[in-house]
Amino acid sequence: MKVIVIGAGVTGCAIARELCRSQYEVTVLEKASDLCEGTSKANSGIVHAGFDAVPGSLMARLNVRGSELMEPLSRELDFAYRRNGAFVLCFEKENEPRLQELKERGEKNGVKGLRILTGDEVRAMEPQVSDKVTAALRAPTSGIVCPFELTIALGENAAVNGADFRFNTAVTGIRRKDNGWTLETSKGEFEADIVINAAGVYADRIHNMVSEEKMEIIPRKGEYCLMDKKLGGLVDSTLFQLPTQYGKGVLVTPTVHGNLMVGPTAVDIPDKENTATTAEGMAELLQRGAKSVKNLPLNQIITSFTGLRAHESHDDFIIGEAAGAPGFIDAAGIASPGLSSAPAIGEYVAEIVQSIAPAEKKENFIGARTGIPHVAGMSPEALHALIEKDPAFANVICRCERVTEGEILAAIHRPLGATTLDGVKRRTRAGMGRCQAGFCSPSVVEILARELGKDPGEITKAGGESRFITGYDKEGLA
Amino acid sequence: MKTQIVIIGGGPAGLAAAVSARKAGAEKVLILERSGELGGILNQCIHNGFGLHRFKEELTGPEYAARFIQMAKEAGVEAMTNTTVISVSPDRSVTAMSREKGVFTVEAGAVILAMGCRERPRGALRIPGLRPAGIYSAGTAQKFVNVLGRMPGKRVVILGSGDIGLIMARRMTLEGAKVLAVAELMPYSGGLKRNIVQCLDDYGIPLLLSHTVVDIRGKERVEGVTVARVDDKLKPIPGTEIEYDCDTLLLSCGLIPENELSYDLGCELSPVTSGPRVNERLETSIPGVFACGNVLHVHDLVDYVSEEAEAAGAAAAAFVLQGELPAGEPLRLVAASGVRYTVPSTIDPGRMGETQTVRFRVGNVYKDCRVAVYLGEERLRYIKKRIVTPGEMEQVILKKSELSGKTGELRFAIEG
Repeated sequence: MKVIVIGAGVTGCAIARELCRSQYEVTVLEKASDLCEGTSKANSGIVHAGFDAVPGSLMARLNVRGSELMEPLSRELDFAYRRNGAFVLCFEKENEPRLQELKERGEKNGVKGLRILTGDEVRAMEPQVSDKVTAALRAPTSGIVCPFELTIALGENAAVNGADFRFNTAVTGIRRKDNGWTLETSKGEFEADIVINAAGVYADRIHNMVSEEKMEIIPRKGEYCLMDKKLGGLVDSTLFQLPTQYGKGVLVTPTVHGNLMVGPTAVDIPDKENTATTAEGMAELLQRGAKSVKNLPLNQIITSFTGLRAHESHDDFIIGEAAGAPGFIDAAGIASPGLSSAPAIGEYVAEIVQSIAPAEKKENFIGARTGIPHVAGMSPEALHALIEKDPAFANVICRCERVTEGEILAAIHRPLGATTLDGVKRRTRAGMGRCQAGFCSPSVVEILARELGKDPGEITKAGGESRFITGYDKEGLA
Repeated sequence: MKTQIVIIGGGPAGLAAAVSARKAGAEKVLILERSGELGGILNQCIHNGFGLHRFKEELTGPEYAARFIQMAKEAGVEAMTNTTVISVSPDRSVTAMSREKGVFTVEAGAVILAMGCRERPRGALRIPGLRPAGIYSAGTAQKFVNVLGRMPGKRVVILGSGDIGLIMARRMTLEGAKVLAVAELMPYSGGLKRNIVQCLDDYGIPLLLSHTVVDIRGKERVEGVTVARVDDKLKPIPGTEIEYDCDTLLLSCGLIPENELSYDLGCELSPVTSGPRVNERLETSIPGVFACGNVLHVHDLVDYVSEEAEAAGAAAAAFVLQGELPAGEPLRLVAASGVRYTVPSTIDPGRMGETQTVRFRVGNVYKDCRVAVYLGEERLRYIKKRIVTPGEMEQVILKKSELSGKTGELRFAIEG
């Protein structure tokens, strides 16, 4: 039974991995050059507790389930995750009843441990929280995850269990055939019995190739600012703001790697590729973020970025067989809390596939994965032992995040290994620190070229024409 | 392992400090250098202009470095390259890692911080737009061109007129690229006057003062940038946009002393320089830990880095040979009108040498002004200057005889 998954973001990778537990022949088609190149790479990295979604919705169910699965999964697949807890901050006495509503909604969704605290109780736990906060909802099951590691771990493990990932392969058309589908792509045609649409912001275009019941995904643009690791300890919990008539508010959170992040804005845009940051967006989110904490040090920003949530107008995930297209399954409209829900979406889609085309469990499925060793977090003893085994782990390439050549080599030579600078960055954090790849990028270009047997001029940031080098010195002189 | 002095960083500051420490009588001086060779960033600075003060001749960066590497060799300085320091503790034990030794600790009598600085990245500048390939800090481009022999772009706009940006405008031009413009946010350049003349004017490259980049286009590789004029609050003025079709944006918007080790060690840092606060012997708030060069504050000329590092080396040697000298009541140095900071932050007249160099930078361009130094109400200096600019470091040399027995504040100001 041939199953094709379109899209190698967190949703596609989670689905592919779940399908690999059974006797399916799984192929993943991805238009970018790597895993995790769309919405999965630019989001809050929050594993939401699940109090936000409308009770009874698919979002509510899969969020809560995904949140439960995340911790055991982080151990099984060796990615960074921490259950740091969250607060929803309320700034006006008159809005406090809405905290209660949120709490009740969360309880209906099955979220455990929710309670309402006074402003002073919040500040006793989080001293940097603004004095203007009057009360807050505490959600102890909220967590933070590295979205790159999660996606890459899922994809890698799917590949180890037989999934065939095809990068730089954009689906351009889908034809119905007897008992299945033919996919036209930039790399030729593929045949499938079952197709799964996990194409993120492009899921509407893919869906509309096969279904008369049209779908529209309008990207919801979210800008973020990331601050130096010195500040990761400013707050320990994720701080949301209670939505008011003035907007949904922004969050301030430590990342799982110890940076501080502020974001996102929320602006609906027609352009599915518009990941530009704007001066207005950054100003707005910093102003809003500063409402939550006392001293938001704006001079510690190291980078900013924009993500596009795959937002569909029904405000719920659309998961299931598309109307009039048997064997074509949408996993669409995966906006927030899509990252949190991904493990549960994987399970759910695999169940749907089983119901359409049952397959036996694979006996040789290997669920566990060991990630790349991270020198930065290691004890001196463990690092010493690692260097004795492989001295490349002593050669620091990225000084800001202390990433060594050993880690970069591992990232390149693993299953679905890195072929680009962004690929190395997301697997090892090289270039993610305070100098933002100023020092390490020439070295990483050289290592990639050497290991892949390419010329440095062919090495790209993220595939396509995103080359670092345009020629040799003096080449342009007449 | 044990040694008298560990120096973190084998660039110009570390090398000069090491040589000086040996001359001052320290027997065992060890440099720990993270890259494969000594010389630091000078190794990629292949242009000339180094050493005019120090050697009275114009050297290239690698030549300047080579002289100090030779001196260090002759002085019997030990050096370990490809060795990254992980941490420094207040008892002056330094933990590092290398291929040969794994993770190891050196117990030192004194430590000299000489880690240099890094460039401010795009994110810290909050330049809006897309995030394609083709955006480099000037120093990264310099490494591609001068060390790897590869061009990072063909049509270039440079934001920021720091010295590396100016030098790279000329280098990229000489290597066959077209440099369209250098945009500078401030109404004055952040670089040396001589670099503006020799790197921009001589090649007809326009310097757009009070301009910044307001948009970056291109999904995969840079396709263009938009530059706009800014008002006196540094906000872009709508309607003044200029579009450039280019494949590269270089950034030369300031250097940041690289003090993560110092921060973790617990050194008190100056919010102005981002470097440690030091006393007259360039000793940080942690006894026996000294700092010099660009990790302390960003210098304009390497010649002054060497000079400052020699003072740090001698002070560290004195610390290990004689121990901590008895401390008196130090004079507190205050950066007053027009002066951004001073190095050092305090001077103990009882412990200072016969003379004391105080280095500082100004916060704006001042013409026909005076550098004034006050000790309480008493004016010690009133030095006439035709021009002072933020891009050039200033210095005043004070004498022990005029500070001896005095207490209170030493105030530095730009007047008239």
